Amino acid sequence: MRRQMVLRVVGKLFIPYMLLFALYVQFHGDFGPGGGFQAGVIAAAAIIFYALIFGLPAARRLAPDAVVEAMVALGVLLYAGVGVAGMVLGGNYLDYFVLDRDPVAGQHRGIFWVEAGVGTTVTGVMLKIFYMFAGRGRGLEER
Amino acid sequence: MTLAHLPALEVVVPLLAAPLAVLLRRSSLAWAIATAACAFSFAVALLLASEVSAHGPISYHLGSWPPPWGIEYRVDALSAFVLVLVSGIGTLTALYAWRSIAAELPRDQIYLYYALHCLCVAGLLGMTITGDAFNLFVFMEIASLSSYVLIALGRDRRALVAAYQYLILGTIGATFYVIGVGLLYLSTGTLNMDDLAARLPQAASPRAVLAALAFITVGVSLKLALFPLHLWLPNAYAYAPSAVTAFLAATATKVSVYVLLRFYFGIFGLELVAESLPMREILLVLSLVAIVTASLVALWQADLKRLFAYSSVAQIGYITLGISMASRDGLTAAVVHLFNHGVTKGALFLLVGGIALRAGSAGLECARGLGRTMPLTSLGIVIAGLSLIGVPGTAGFVSKWYLVLGAIEAGRWWLVAFVVATSLIAVAYVWRFVEAAYLSAPGGRTPEPGETPATMLVPAWILVAACVGFGLQTSWTVGGAQRAAALLLGGAP
Repeated sequence: MRRQMVLRVVGKLFIPYMLLFALYVQFHGDFGPGGGFQAGVIAAAAIIFYALIFGLPAARRLAPDAVVEAMVALGVLLYAGVGVAGMVLGGNYLDYFVLDRDPVAGQHRGIFWVEAGVGTTVTGVMLKIFYMFAGRGRGLEER
Repeated sequence: MTLAHLPALEVVVPLLAAPLAVLLRRSSLAWAIATAACAFSFAVALLLASEVSAHGPISYHLGSWPPPWGIEYRVDALSAFVLVLVSGIGTLTALYAWRSIAAELPRDQIYLYYALHCLCVAGLLGMTITGDAFNLFVFMEIASLSSYVLIALGRDRRALVAAYQYLILGTIGATFYVIGVGLLYLSTGTLNMDDLAARLPQAASPRAVLAALAFITVGVSLKLALFPLHLWLPNAYAYAPSAVTAFLAATATKVSVYVLLRFYFGIFGLELVAESLPMREILLVLSLVAIVTASLVALWQADLKRLFAYSSVAQIGYITLGISMASRDGLTAAVVHLFNHGVTKGALFLLVGGIALRAGSAGLECARGLGRTMPLTSLGIVIAGLSLIGVPGTAGFVSKWYLVLGAIEAGRWWLVAFVVATSLIAVAYVWRFVEAAYLSAPGGRTPEPGETPATMLVPAWILVAACVGFGLQTSWTVGGAQRAAALLLGGAP
């Protein structure tokens, strides 16, 4: 679809806003509907959109397989790490109250990092699934 | 300070090890991390068990939200017992996997195996330790999803079909479980297990509670492979990589049995389970049918993994038979058999994995003449087989002894005869191995003749030694099981 000018232009116009919207959903998750899961899906959708228009190899250059797989693991580590941080700071596992001097600010801080972890992993998993399906039969399964 | 966090660390350390294994990618590093994390969990489980037997149950509040609002981790006599089994078997199979998985998986996938192993261990430990009915569902999904993938890693292409079959049935089981939990939440407004137990008697609609009991029974029975819901099990065990078969056979179904015990005696309470519905009778009949039919089917299997898989279905029948008695001795038998059978089946599948490695398959024809070519492996299988039968001096005897005691206590002499008679079928299927290994001439060529590699033999023999050890020195297992049984019977308000 690389030769379709309309698609290419619309895609280039849209993708930045899709990524921006993903960030909005990510950071607004504390106050309204949204959060890491939805944001991760939207961010991954932007890259999948890019892959549909400019081809899988181009998307793989943009978000290489090694990075995608690292994202899957790093998000989980970040989430679990927030829990451990609560433990180190003298609370129980996943205790956000102790993350800041003000317990309410601590809750905000905890949920912020936890959601960042969720967003990272969900983006990674969505892209990984897409790459695996899209790469089938093209000899691209191998990294 | 760290001592107070042991219940959280028990689950969190293997959970953290999984993404670390993915990040490091090198198979040797992934192996080291997985083994270290499982060994750490095992050490913590032993500490928790001794702490619980000295000072009573431990309660840990995740996120410092007190129960019933927050998620509570609760370690008592029963869950500590299961934690030790799961983490111990997890450690031994991780050690074993070093050589076994290297032979069965392509090099670039090995780190994924270790990540999944850690996830599965974390899920099963979480299911055991949590005191929250919904949190249990989450951990059940972690354990199940990772086990589907672990089974699909098998070399045989049929592993994919087996994993898919297990995925469908396992998902139905988990869905039924969560529908049941939903109904309980609807009737009581709480998800904490202790709180549920306290509020259920005042539930507005007893019909919803009975529906919840039915859904949870069927859902968990699918997971624990109670006859006739066991059909996913033989293929899954037969085609999965050897280390996976051993790990799942020794732990996954056992944790589901634990969940059933927890719900029947800890939440619904004996009165509801036994008196308003004929649950005990249903369980009794299904257990008897499971023991007889699965043992008979095991007799006709041509593959050692399938043979022992069907034997697992039969052995689960003994556990549920103990549960159906709902007496002190019956529950002691169920809990102690949960442990002893985990150890015995773990040993058997680890040793059969050695045969599969050397002979290329676990068919009975590959076992011909093994008494001479693989003496230690064959001897191990015979000793663990004796424990499976329940010969005095082995762990299997201890569990059957309490089962018989429970039957006598209930005045059911025919049940005593039944237990003894069905043990004879176990003699017959273990004999098939003995006949092939010791009384047949070595047949055919084996691709890699020789004894099982030491790194696989040592974990297997630790379990074989445990089969004998827990048969002679019963104070830890039986003592733990008796405390658990007392807790289940007395703990139900």
